[in-house]
Amino acid sequence: MAAFAEFLPYILSGVVWTLGLVAGGIGIGFVIGLLMSIGQIYGGEDIKAILHAYVWFFRSIPLIVLLFLFYFGVFPATGFKLDPLACSIVVLGLRSGAYQSQIFRGAILSLGDTQLLAARALGMSKLRGIFHIVLPQALRISLPGWSNEYATMIKDSAITFTLGVLEILTRTRYVAMATHQPLIPYFFAGGLFIVLTYAGSKIVNTVYERTKIPGLVGRL
Amino acid sequence: MITIELIVVSVPIGVALAITLGVARVYGNRSVSLVATSIVGIFRGFPAIVTLFIIFFALPDVGVFFSPYWSAVLGFVLVTGAYQSEYVRGSIQSVQAGQSLAAEALGMSKPQEIVHIILPQALRAALPGISNEIIYLILYSSLASYIGVQEIFGVARTFNSLEFKPIEIFLTAGLMYAAIATVCFVGFRLLERRLRIPGLEAAR
Amino acid sequence: MADGEVVLKVEDLEKTYAGNKVLNGVSFEIDRGQIKVICGPSGSGKSTLLRCLNLLTHPDKGRVWLEGKEITHEVGDVNKARQKIGFVFQEFNLFNHLTALKNVSIALEIVKKMKKDEARDLALKELGRVNLADDAHKYPAELSGGQKQRVAIARALAMNPVIMFYDEPTSALDPHLIGEVLDVMKKLAQEKLTSLVVTHEIGFARSVADEIMFMGDGKILERGPPNQVIENSKHEVVQKFFKRINELYRRNEA
Repeated sequence: MAAFAEFLPYILSGVVWTLGLVAGGIGIGFVIGLLMSIGQIYGGEDIKAILHAYVWFFRSIPLIVLLFLFYFGVFPATGFKLDPLACSIVVLGLRSGAYQSQIFRGAILSLGDTQLLAARALGMSKLRGIFHIVLPQALRISLPGWSNEYATMIKDSAITFTLGVLEILTRTRYVAMATHQPLIPYFFAGGLFIVLTYAGSKIVNTVYERTKIPGLVGRL
Repeated sequence: MITIELIVVSVPIGVALAITLGVARVYGNRSVSLVATSIVGIFRGFPAIVTLFIIFFALPDVGVFFSPYWSAVLGFVLVTGAYQSEYVRGSIQSVQAGQSLAAEALGMSKPQEIVHIILPQALRAALPGISNEIIYLILYSSLASYIGVQEIFGVARTFNSLEFKPIEIFLTAGLMYAAIATVCFVGFRLLERRLRIPGLEAAR
Repeated sequence: MADGEVVLKVEDLEKTYAGNKVLNGVSFEIDRGQIKVICGPSGSGKSTLLRCLNLLTHPDKGRVWLEGKEITHEVGDVNKARQKIGFVFQEFNLFNHLTALKNVSIALEIVKKMKKDEARDLALKELGRVNLADDAHKYPAELSGGQKQRVAIARALAMNPVIMFYDEPTSALDPHLIGEVLDVMKKLAQEKLTSLVVTHEIGFARSVADEIMFMGDGKILERGPPNQVIENSKHEVVQKFFKRINELYRRNEA
């Protein structure tokens, strides 16, 4: 137990890396997801097909496989030299984009045609209408889905230990192997993930409450 | 192929666990409900890989030994059971209260009511969520290779270390998972259609 | 078991919901073969009363006897008692995932432990009694409101109850469907099936009820033969209530 206390700071410093992975992943995923969702709803048949394939690809292949595929295969092949952290963030982002596109797509669809029609009737172009009227509402409706995505991402970030990224799980493994007492470190790591998940969900919930528009029944 | 075996074994037990946990949380007394909620909280909160590591690497410390295969099964059962129980719990609560009243008025006991009236309706409603979780399980089974199970990804890594062709090898591995997942996805949609009760969807 | 035997006895029932005293000392008896109707304005505790009688809700005070045996505090025997009481809900509460036939037979199989064939045959017979034998294989969602309620009645009848409780059985029905349900209820009343009916259907009460009990403020304000309570009540509240209903009926006919 005493040995573990020594290593506590080491494990805790992994939190920063974990959060970095999550922030990067969700951030990239947000941009990709948003653009994809607009494409999936308002785009032509070709675009829809390509996007559909993208979503299928990144949702049907395990994260580990994607990490290895890109780190050992795709990036070296295209000449990009990415370190494990950067590569992980990119892969997490690409994958999250696929999931987030579905969240936004659902949110936008739940609003129906009427909002955009009204905007265009006022003279806004399609793009302006989407940007100013549809998106703000869709984003609020998406908050619960985001909460979910955040929770998933926190846990998925642990999988990057396979590439050696110095996040929580990697460090925990080193400690477990060094002290020959795996029980406490792993439980601690698990607890740490729970805390991070809970804290993040709380924040998203607060945002959701604060931005609630009276009467707007979103998808919860 | 070990991957399929893992799934086929873990899923039924996981679903059974999910139903038990869901029922315990809705109908159990305070302590039963608390235990069930804690179990769900822990195994939804821990990353799946951490659960696997705890079972395989950490439990031996307290004298509990599982083979790689059974560690994986136990881990998957706990994780998928915990996630699925959320869907089960939600759908049980969504069954109209009147169904309960009618069952009680006819003289059914609580267990009879749950088994014959509530669960048949709740499980149909939970099926989309449950099938979703099963597909996630198929993908996460790749983690089992890190506790020594020779499933698809583990085999792929071995090949890659022998003959370094990462794109071919990992793409193939990935597509194998994708194929299994897609087949299951289609299968579940068909199952949902077959189990549909006329009008029951509309009522929700 | 001859006529004149007390099937249901209720004494001093009290129930409070969220600070409201919904039942404030209700007592009455029903003899075998009698049809009693409970009327009154909404919120007077009528539904709560019925649900206390088969313990779907537990009364705060008071006692209930079924065929001479007290059932109020017998937790173990509640299910046995409920088998003897047929309960028809305002919202039908048919089991959505079962066909009409299965709805009627399931309790026979599970609670009464009948064999599948026996249960099936009895269920078909009861459905025939309510004129729905042809629709036995339909699911609740495929039935009209009136049909659903008749299945509900068949379901209750199949258990061979000693008394039937009807909780505003026609209030959730479209007007043109009310008749078919009332006809079934009238037929059963004519067969002297002991019944306690909570309803607004005064015509029904007039034609088959042996006694009307008027509830207000959680108490039975007046009881007596239909004509007495409806036409010659001594209570102002009761008079007003029936006068209003008569006006509404007359307006519809005009």
